[in-house]
Amino acid sequence: MENFIDIKCLNKHYGHFHALKDVSLQVSEGEVVCVIGPSGSGKSTLIRCINMLEEFDPSSSIVVDNIPVKKGKSLREIRAEVGMVFQSFNLFPHLTVLDNVMLAPKRVRKANADELREKALSLLDKVGISAQADKYPKQLSGGQQQRVAIARALAMEPKVLLFDEPTSALDPEMVGEVLDVIKSLAHTGVTMVVVTHEMGFARQVADRVVFMDGGEFVEAGEPAEIFDNPKEERTQKFLQAILNH
Amino acid sequence: MEILDTFFNIDVLRRTWPLLVSGLGTTLSLSVVGIVASMIWGLLLALGRLYGNLPIRFLVGVYIDFFRSIPLLVLLIVIYYALPFVSVKFSPFTSAALALILVAGAYAAEIFRAGILAVPKGQFEASEALGLSYFSMMKDVVLPQAVKVVIPPLTNNSVNVLKDTALASVVAMPDLLKQATQAQSLAANPTPLIGAAIIYVLILWPLVVIVSRLETRFATEER
Repeated sequence: MENFIDIKCLNKHYGHFHALKDVSLQVSEGEVVCVIGPSGSGKSTLIRCINMLEEFDPSSSIVVDNIPVKKGKSLREIRAEVGMVFQSFNLFPHLTVLDNVMLAPKRVRKANADELREKALSLLDKVGISAQADKYPKQLSGGQQQRVAIARALAMEPKVLLFDEPTSALDPEMVGEVLDVIKSLAHTGVTMVVVTHEMGFARQVADRVVFMDGGEFVEAGEPAEIFDNPKEERTQKFLQAILNH
Repeated sequence: MEILDTFFNIDVLRRTWPLLVSGLGTTLSLSVVGIVASMIWGLLLALGRLYGNLPIRFLVGVYIDFFRSIPLLVLLIVIYYALPFVSVKFSPFTSAALALILVAGAYAAEIFRAGILAVPKGQFEASEALGLSYFSMMKDVVLPQAVKVVIPPLTNNSVNVLKDTALASVVAMPDLLKQATQAQSLAANPTPLIGAAIIYVLILWPLVVIVSRLETRFATEER
């Protein structure tokens, strides 16, 4: 299968801090990749480079759907087909739930308003929020807000979905409802890269698990391989630390 | 009652009333032009200072500091009395409007900049990640949120513009103050001046109250 996302020798510096060191990662179309690793290992930075929310060193190369990720006109094209779900939801607080979902397709795709509304409502239905369509984000629980954020990303009919620790800001009882929605999207054709601390989820959903540490790509493999039989010592240590407590 | 006859002479007021009314009209139209134009100009300056390239950011920064430093009266007199020496001649109204817009725009720019900076970074990132254009991000996401922060200080800025229009009387613009002084010499009685003062206060008092209401309302609304 062709590489839908092709990251080659990705380097990123924050001043003198070398945040990503020669990271390469290929993701094929429809694949679900979970990125795990300790805090500060660069996993969020990695996926934020894919839609260039973070600029990376010029020697690096990222290609999404045959479009090179670089500043300029093509960047909006890439962003329109790469959806992102943030740790802190980042819903638009001054817009209703429905308008949050409809804004981008209305502006970027310039589609018909009635069709958009219909589609937005069906997306909200899919994530189980259709009853709250006319409420404002702050009237919803964290879990509900994150589900709206997923619907907002889906409204652009993205080919790629990036999840940046989507459940890390949630109260524990709401993690499940959000993970369920993400699971339902996996293997529906959309390519997913998920940065997560939920190991059970990663094991269940991922086609491939990538372990990062200290800004480096350490190892990758099928979930069973990584979780039950990690080759690298750093992976073993990390998994021991989080699984045995 | 000598004081009443001197300062509150109804007869004099009645005779000079049309002059005051025409002056008020000029004052109000200068205010509206000054307020609206300085807001638009201020927003453009703020965007330039935040998102322009390096030279633009630098120039806008210099502009803002310069026009916040120069006294409005000095600027007005330079525009009206000095520029004609280099064949740049403006009417009193244009001179006054220009001076007000240049200065109030600089203040408005700083207000807008603070408002935009108060919008969380995640809002910009979410807009960018969705593929919104810069224009749409500003219009649909950032500015509607910045407005909340910006309205009280911007209203305050507008109050100042309205007050400062009185300075235009020094360049012979027939505004409320100028007409009142005119009427005073005509009638040889200060009642028109007192009348003008009362009109200024009557117009501005409610605005001042609105500003403080807005300030407390937006302050308590913050979660």
